[in-house]
Amino acid sequence: MIAHAIFFYTFSIIAVVSAIMVTASKNTVHSVFFLILDFISISCLFIMIGAEFLGMIMLIVYVGAVAVLFLFVVMMLNVAQQKNQWFAGQSTSKHIPVGLIISTLIFFEIIIVIGGWKYKPEIFDINNSLANTSVSNTHSLGQILYTDYIHVFQISGMILLVAMIGAIVLTFRQRSGVKRQSYIKQISRERVESVEVLEVQSNKGVKIDD
Amino acid sequence: MIDIGLGHYLTLGAVIFSIGVIGIFLNRKNIIVILMSIELILLAVNINLVAFSIYLGDLAGQVFTLFILTVAAAEAAIGLAIIVVYFRNSGTIRVEEIDKLKG
Repeated sequence: MIAHAIFFYTFSIIAVVSAIMVTASKNTVHSVFFLILDFISISCLFIMIGAEFLGMIMLIVYVGAVAVLFLFVVMMLNVAQQKNQWFAGQSTSKHIPVGLIISTLIFFEIIIVIGGWKYKPEIFDINNSLANTSVSNTHSLGQILYTDYIHVFQISGMILLVAMIGAIVLTFRQRSGVKRQSYIKQISRERVESVEVLEVQSNKGVKIDD
Repeated sequence: MIDIGLGHYLTLGAVIFSIGVIGIFLNRKNIIVILMSIELILLAVNINLVAFSIYLGDLAGQVFTLFILTVAAAEAAIGLAIIVVYFRNSGTIRVEEIDKLKG
């Protein structure tokens, strides 16, 4: 139990500090790296409380795909070295208190909801079958994901497909002035338009380029 | 304090959610940091879902965490594509200078 508490506080302090650093650091590349640290510590928490499949998926999807995508875009757009100060601009000083007030309000609302909420003990006792079964977390998740939630699962696949097509369509552009291979042109070349048989008279050359 | 329960995880989720909201409000630098704050908010929601799923013994929370993960990945891809196109057209992604819609 004491080890549980130590690991929980370690990972959650790392997560909170790196979440603050995501919003506060001046360099955008540093923000992306702190986001990666945040995801890693939260996935450690997930593994610790027994949702090991989601922890691993979190590592793969967020750290392996989404954060690398952020890093690519940050480096491609060359905005990492915008060294302007944290809240640059003149009209921004009134944003700071409004934002702080709204987010502290949200925080205390959530805390009040958590503090005033009591879980029913009978739910807690009867349904707590996750811990004492011999089936692993991944196994049981797969058992309900592909049976009860199969339609939602396929809809999420469709969402990913739409996102992929949308990203390609948005960022695709045809550049002019780039030499490019065109298969249609190559295949549809006729002999008539590329080869010409000339009658060469003696002592006179043939002028090719005109 | 030593006994880690459901409330600890929910509080952690609340803290990270609020930090994400602060990041959206206070950011004056570029839109990419705002997208990262949205990722933080979705992460806080995931923490809540997984904590409830473990402590109440119901796997549906973890299933929905998977779907939130999917939607978050799709949202990040589309948002970054929009940012790339905007940067190509206007040359800046600083928050103050994006005022084409006169908001």
